[in-house]
Amino acid sequence: MSKLFSISAISFALIASSALADGHCAAGKTLTEGTLTIATGNPAYYPWVLNDAPESGEGFEAAVAYALAEEMGFASDEVTWVRSSFDEAIQPGVKNFDLNMQQYSITPERDQVVDFSEPYYTAPMAVLVSPGAIDTAPTMEALKSLKWGAVGSTTAVPKLTEVIQPESDPLLYGDNADVNAAISANQIDAALFDLPTALFLSAVMIEGSKVIGQFAPDESDNPDQFGILMEEGNPLKECVDDALAALTESGALAEIEAQWLQDTTGVPLIQ
Amino acid sequence: MTQTKAAGLTRRELFEAKQRRRSVVIAASSTLMVVVALITLVPLTPGWEKVQRSFFNGAVLADTFPKLIDAFLINIMIFAWSAPAIAILGLLIALARDAKSPALFPLRVFGAAFTDVFRGVPVILTVYLIGFGIPGLGLPRPWNSPYIWGSLALILTYSAYVAEIFRSGIDSVHHSQRAAALSLGLSERQTMRDVILPQAIRNVVPSQMNMLIALQKDVSLLSFIGPVEIFRQAGVFKSLLANFTPYVGAAIIFLIVTIPATRYADYLMARQMRERR
Repeated sequence: MSKLFSISAISFALIASSALADGHCAAGKTLTEGTLTIATGNPAYYPWVLNDAPESGEGFEAAVAYALAEEMGFASDEVTWVRSSFDEAIQPGVKNFDLNMQQYSITPERDQVVDFSEPYYTAPMAVLVSPGAIDTAPTMEALKSLKWGAVGSTTAVPKLTEVIQPESDPLLYGDNADVNAAISANQIDAALFDLPTALFLSAVMIEGSKVIGQFAPDESDNPDQFGILMEEGNPLKECVDDALAALTESGALAEIEAQWLQDTTGVPLIQ
Repeated sequence: MTQTKAAGLTRRELFEAKQRRRSVVIAASSTLMVVVALITLVPLTPGWEKVQRSFFNGAVLADTFPKLIDAFLINIMIFAWSAPAIAILGLLIALARDAKSPALFPLRVFGAAFTDVFRGVPVILTVYLIGFGIPGLGLPRPWNSPYIWGSLALILTYSAYVAEIFRSGIDSVHHSQRAAALSLGLSERQTMRDVILPQAIRNVVPSQMNMLIALQKDVSLLSFIGPVEIFRQAGVFKSLLANFTPYVGAAIIFLIVTIPATRYADYLMARQMRERR
């Protein structure tokens, strides 16, 4: 009897898992039946989305989105992209997307208003310095004396005020472009970004600047983990988490990360 | 008037008093009805709970309010040094535009161009251009501070408006005053300083109060170039907590300052109207 029960349990599990592979876990849970609507930033930036064209599947988040959609049973032509701002994504009410991927750090406070998937990336924080400060040693002591800047809407702000505790008050800006302008104008020496953004800015946007160090994700009290944002109570969450777990287990997620986010060993850890 | 009082109220006065009481009662009850309707109906809407949690969250407000007040000190600081500079520069521009001598024609052109440019460009653009642009030329610290150049952007924009108000004040003083002063032997400069300006400035005080109130709010635009004043601080809390209540907190702090200021400007305006009649 118990054997019969376990056989039926196994076969049931098999049926369930094949159903998952067929994409039935998302059936009836998306905005438009048979289509997965994913939101990204406007514009979406390298290296998360290349050329502001998520449809190409190029860039880390675009690639993850298509791998995830496939895992959930959506063909690549069944993925629709929309654009959304940060404020649109967290405001109360109905959303125009099933999933929103634009480097949202998971925080318990945000989690009360919207739902997050399991993390798909853990970004270490990194220090970008202006051309005049590239000789700064990657030590906490040396960092404290710099004039700091950061984007006001990111988790770089608490990291800055609680972990680095600079001697002068940091200046905060609305977006990366304004931080660039402040570095160019020599109004700040250093800015705190997640590592991929810092590498992109130093390589492409700000001539002569350098990423001098990174904080180890385990060392920081609050590692920045990116999750896929969904409307609070979205029934898709379970389905998304299962698919992400499958991608992590198969190593596909790590492969995408290696392909689209640069090898980071060149940046030393901050002592 | 006192005679009628002694003899009791006239029938007309009795009637008018009754009318007044009646309108007060109607105004009070209609206001009460609107307030009660808002208080009872809004929470019945399906999205109210979510909106309340996002915008009117008591715990978040209590948490963030003291830090918002700290940040507001930066607003006050910027306001405190910008306002006198605006008053002085605005007056100078107004005088430049009013220069009568043909030799000073370039000054008039400059005054006109200044007001045209700085009134015509959105404040935020001026703040960006001057706040990032001029320090970008390679000034050493601390002379490239966003506080200095951001304040300068505010000063330039607001003096353009303030200059126009001063100019309207100068125009509002009748020509005969200038003619009389000159005929008494006062020089052009003395006429302007001792006859025209005292009257002109007095005439435009209420309008300038409104500019002060507007400036007080626009100081927040400096947050775009770095200073962490109240608006930016509220934005940081909004992002960290995924909650808009800190913005409501900031609005409350602004209102605490602007409502008395607005009432005072209204009072000055009303007093001026009475004096003119």
